[in-house]
Amino acid sequence: MEGFLPPFWCVFWFVVSLPFVAYGIYRLDRLAREERDTLPLLAVAGAFVFVLSSLKLPSAVTGSSSHPTGTGLSAILFGPFLTSVIGLIVLLFQALLLAHGGLSTLGANVFSMGVAGPFVAYGIYRCGKAVRLNTFVTIFIAAAMADLVTYLVTSLQLALAFPAQSGGITGAFVGFAVIFAVTQVPLAIIEGVIIALTFKYIIQSRPDILVRLDVLSEEQVKKISETFE
Amino acid sequence: MKKYTLEIITGIVIIFFIGVFFIQNAHLQAAAPTGESPWGGADDKAAQAIRATGYEPWIRPLLEPPGGEMTTLFFSLQAAAGALVIGYFFGYYRGRRQRD
Repeated sequence: MEGFLPPFWCVFWFVVSLPFVAYGIYRLDRLAREERDTLPLLAVAGAFVFVLSSLKLPSAVTGSSSHPTGTGLSAILFGPFLTSVIGLIVLLFQALLLAHGGLSTLGANVFSMGVAGPFVAYGIYRCGKAVRLNTFVTIFIAAAMADLVTYLVTSLQLALAFPAQSGGITGAFVGFAVIFAVTQVPLAIIEGVIIALTFKYIIQSRPDILVRLDVLSEEQVKKISETFE
Repeated sequence: MKKYTLEIITGIVIIFFIGVFFIQNAHLQAAAPTGESPWGGADDKAAQAIRATGYEPWIRPLLEPPGGEMTTLFFSLQAAAGALVIGYFFGYYRGRRQRD
């Protein structure tokens, strides 16, 4: 989508995304110095975004294809700020090597995929944890919504830049959302299920790190481990 | 929750969507050819919608992979690199657990 956002909006979204990425880099730096044994998990979370966002999957509903985002896992594990750094890296890779996404639109894409989606996922996960919803159900919803919200925000970004002649921004938003978000629904469901499953393996592998990152409590880990015995 | 509940759910969801894909694909193939390839990218459709308003992109991508095959190659490399990292660390954790 290189060049598809007018210059004003390119700059606007760069400015909006910048503080999130900057704080994310600060957090990353601290994590790398103080909690080195969480780094393999961070690599896995980042690799997840790499794999999922490289797959162009056919969406069974609309007859077109789109990419999952994979950002839910990292948002749940490490929070939205670190995830925006991961999003930046992946989007940069795709913009430079694949002419996919684009450099001029990088700020807008970092905001939708690296900031908006992960923030919603993180919020959902924290709420679900607070009300003691089943951990895997919470993760499914959080990860699926990270994907869906990313494309809703993309639709909004395009609608702001290209309001419809009749219907204005709302009309344009509905138009873009039909193209992007509806296509995304099946992909979001698949992504949510896969991330929930991956989470099971992470709990089995390193429950100690999950407790330390405050993703799960000791008691939750114990309960979940017992159910999978 | 039983030991393999999540694996079974994942399998069912994926098989369900593969099934819907085949049904939808049959419909698309049966419909009169519209000139556009079935299962085209949603991003291309959005680009078309924007072009339809008379807007033209103001810059071109810096580097473009020469041809669709190269694009596929880079996407595959991206997936492979990610899968390598995931497999490496899950294997590492598993080995550690079995040793302890």
